Formats: sequence, C-alpha cells, structure tokens
Amino acid sequence: MTVSSAPDPMLPEPLRIARAKRETHGVFTFELDVSARGGFPFLPGQFNMLYPFGAGESAISISSDPHQPDRLEHTIRAVGAVTRAIERLGRGDVVGVRGPFGSAWPIREAEGRDLVVIAGGIGLAPLRPVVYHALRRREAFGKVALLYGTRTPDDILYRKEIERWRGRLDVEVEVTVDTAGSDWRGNTGVVTKLISRAAFDPGRAFAMICGPEIMMRFCARELERLGVSLDRIWITMERNMRCGTGLCGHCQFGPSFVCKDGPVYRYDRVQDLLLVREV
Amino acid sequence: MEQESLARSIAQHPLVAGMSDEHVDFLSGCVRNARLDEGQFLFREGQRADELYLIRSGKLALEIHDGARGTIVAETVGGGDALGWSTLFPPYRWELDARGVHFAHLFAIDGACLRAKLEADHDFGYAFTRRLLNEVHSRLQRARLQALDVYRARP
Ligand SMILES: Cc1cc2nc3c(=O)[nH]c(=O)nc-3n(C[C@H](O)[C@H](O)[C@H](O)COP(=O)(O)OP(=O)(O)OC[C@H]3O[C@@H](n4cnc5c(N)ncnc54)[C@H](O)[C@@H]3O)c2cc1C
Ligand code: FES
Repeated sequence: MTVSSAPDPMLPEPLRIARAKRETHGVFTFELDVSARGGFPFLPGQFNMLYPFGAGESAISISSDPHQPDRLEHTIRAVGAVTRAIERLGRGDVVGVRGPFGSAWPIREAEGRDLVVIAGGIGLAPLRPVVYHALRRREAFGKVALLYGTRTPDDILYRKEIERWRGRLDVEVEVTVDTAGSDWRGNTGVVTKLISRAAFDPGRAFAMICGPEIMMRFCARELERLGVSLDRIWITMERNMRCGTGLCGHCQFGPSFVCKDGPVYRYDRVQDLLLVREV
Repeated sequence: MEQESLARSIAQHPLVAGMSDEHVDFLSGCVRNARLDEGQFLFREGQRADELYLIRSGKLALEIHDGARGTIVAETVGGGDALGWSTLFPPYRWELDARGVHFAHLFAIDGACLRAKLEADHDFGYAFTRRLLNEVHSRLQRARLQALDVYRARP
C-alpha cells in the first residue's frame, strides 16, 4: 500500500516567527522560519491561509522575494479578530500556515514590455514580490514604474525600501498621499494622478494594480484613457475565504472562486462583475 | 522673436499641446515667464486671482488653512499641470494658497487678457475651453476618489 506524501492542503503547517517588524500604525510584517522544510517556493501574487491557533484563519498574501524562498514574509493589517490575534504574536511564536494558494501576477507575459505597478495602501504587500522580481530581472522589462498611493505620510509601507528603490536610475518610483500637513514635501493627491505623469508607453505597457476595489477601478479607467488595453491590466480581488482550495464555495466571485481562479485576475474578464452589486 | 520662442515653449505644455499654431500665437500674447522659489507663495486665499499658471517644472502645494487643523495640503501640482481657474470666473478670488515646494518654472497667463481673447475668438475659446473642461473633469474624478478616503480601515 502506498501513502501519498503530498501535504494535506487543509492541514496547517506550524511555522515559527523568525522576525517581527512593525511597519506603520496597525501594520506589521512577520518572517516565518522555513529552514526546516527547505524553503517555501511561491509565485508573486499567491497567498497563504494563516492560522493563529484557536482564533480562525485569514488569507494573507506573501510579500517577500520569490527569488529567496528561504525567507517567507507576510505583511498584515490588524482589522479584526484573526488579524489582531496574529498581531499579538511575536518572535518565536508559532502560526499555522496553509498554502501557497491562488493565481499569480503575469510576470512572464509582461516580459519585454513596460511594467506599471500601481499599489494602494496595504495593496503594496501583494505587489512587493513583483517589484523584487522586476528589479532582479531588470533587463527583461522595458520601463518599470512603481506608483504608490496611501492615506498619509505615516502610512507609507516599506518606507526605507521604497527610498532605496527610488535611488535607482532604472525605475520610476512615485509615492503620493491622500492627506498631509504642510511639512510633507512629497506628492499629495490620489494615485491616478501619478499614472498620467509616469513615463511608459501605453501601447506596450502591462499594468498590475492592487488596492481597494474603488481605487483599482479608477486606476483601470485612467489607464484605459491613456490607451492601455484592458487585457494588459491585472488586478486582485479579495473575498472572505475558508478552505482556500476551491472546495467550499465561500469565496465565490461570479462564476469563479477567488482562492483558485484568483486572487489575480485580468481586468477585462472581471470588470463587469466588479460593477454587479452583491457578487 | 522673443514672442515666437515663448509661443514655441508654451506649445509643449500638455494643456496647450495640439492647439493650432495660430491659437498658440494668439494665447502667447497674454503670457509671461515666471518662477517661484521654495517656500514662496504664488497666491493666497482671498486675494484677487488675476493670472492662470501653466507649470513647466517644480512642485507646488495647494493648501487650505483651517484654524483647528492647521494647514492641510489639498493636492500638490507639478510640471504639466495648470493652476488658477479662479482667474476665469467671478469674483476672481483665490480659493486656496499655492506655495512652492520645489523651485518652479511657470507660464503666467494674464487673466483679463485671456478672458478678452476667449470672447474675441470663439474658435480659440472653444479649443481652450475644451481643454479646460478635460482638466476640470480629471480634477473632479481625483477629488471624488480623495474624498472617499479608500485606505481607511473599515470599522
Ligand atoms: C487573497 C487575499 C489576500 C489578502 N492579503 C492580505 C494581506 O497581505 N495583508 C492583509 O492585512 N490582509 C490581506 N487580506 C485581507 C485579510 O484576509 C482580512 O483582512 C482578514 O481575513 C480579516 O480577518 P479578521 O478576522 O482579522 O477581521 P474580520 O473580523 O473578518 O473583519 C473585521 C473588520 O475588518 C473589515 N475587513 C475585513 N477584511 C478587510 C480588508 N481586506 N480590508 C479592510 N477591512 C477589512 C471587516 O469589514 C470588518 O469590519 C487578503 C485577503 C484575501 C482574500
Ligand atoms: S475559500 Fe473555499 S472555495 Fe474559495
């Protein structure tokens, strides 16, 4: 008799928190120790189900470098019971992990093209693996732009890293905030404004957007106005998840399941669904 | 000669780009070059609005002062943006402050001169107003998105 050695996708694997870092108010990053399992390969855009034991599970995107599978990171905003329970954990504590699940950003298809990464708020976390990849494989892309909008200067995620990326001569990195006082010397205004000012060729650009749904719709329209075709715009969808494996139907979004067919979708395939109430 | 080169450089600005040479020449009669240092105010709320600005480079903050909250930046504007629509409509008063954040180069268009030209030549008036409308439409969309405060954590 043979027993399959494939891990049960419904069984959380206990992983220890190797490092914990506070990013901004209510947002923190955990690095999980994956050395004993020989790393944790994943594709940019994929997520894990994180389980602080006894408190339920949450879908959380992987925010680390896909070329460094020995470092697995998640960036989390504490909003409710599960994410607050995760927030209370610290270095050395154990969290249950299932995954990686879901679809990935189309980084291969985008090769040879201008790449426009547009993030809003915590939406930078699921896109950070794309940025890491693009910077490592810089020669594979045309122009690369990262356009990031968030609420206030205090809410800028990965600030040190963004400053480092901004220092490079081969990427355009622009940050804007919705509200600021007069001591802020950066951009104030919404992220759509950055799109029209960024240097990329709409006829050959690939855009990847992650943030609140309204923000993604506004961005997609701005890209369309500039001439980016809708089949080269990609977004992510969030729905409440339970199994993460396409079985329970909890995350249904129109005819698809976000955990399996998403969370990354091509915009032209979901744009109508985005406008349907209660999908 | 100077006027000619001014017309050529105005024609590069996104608000003017694509306008006929004739219209650009016509407009350039109202335009002068201007600069704004960091920290200097281009205009302040309540003052008379008598110029419209096309920003060539640099950055300006549009600020609103509120006694309780202090100074709030409504938006920053930079190269390629246009500023100062209050110049076109009565009572011709600025509705906020504009302060230099980074040293800026601008084209300043005299408001009375522009209004007279818009009236005198309706073809020019239409071309200019269409651009203005497009700009206002974009700004309205941005203001909506900003007002929605989409990144706020849901309670
Ligand atoms: C594919 C996928 C990837 C995700 N990646 C991340 C990630 O990388 N980092 C991260 O922090 N979150 C991420 N999320 C969202 C995260 O799963 C939820 O925030 C979390 O499950 C909420 O659970 P909770 O028990 O803490 O809060 P709940 O008790 O379920 O909710 C508490 C309150 O927060 C609100 N809320 C719930 N979800 C969100 C949300 N996404 N945004 C704003 N408010 C919300 C609810 O409306 C409710 O009012 C992702 C979700 C999906 C589907
Ligand atoms: S979470 Fe169960 S089907 Fe997607």
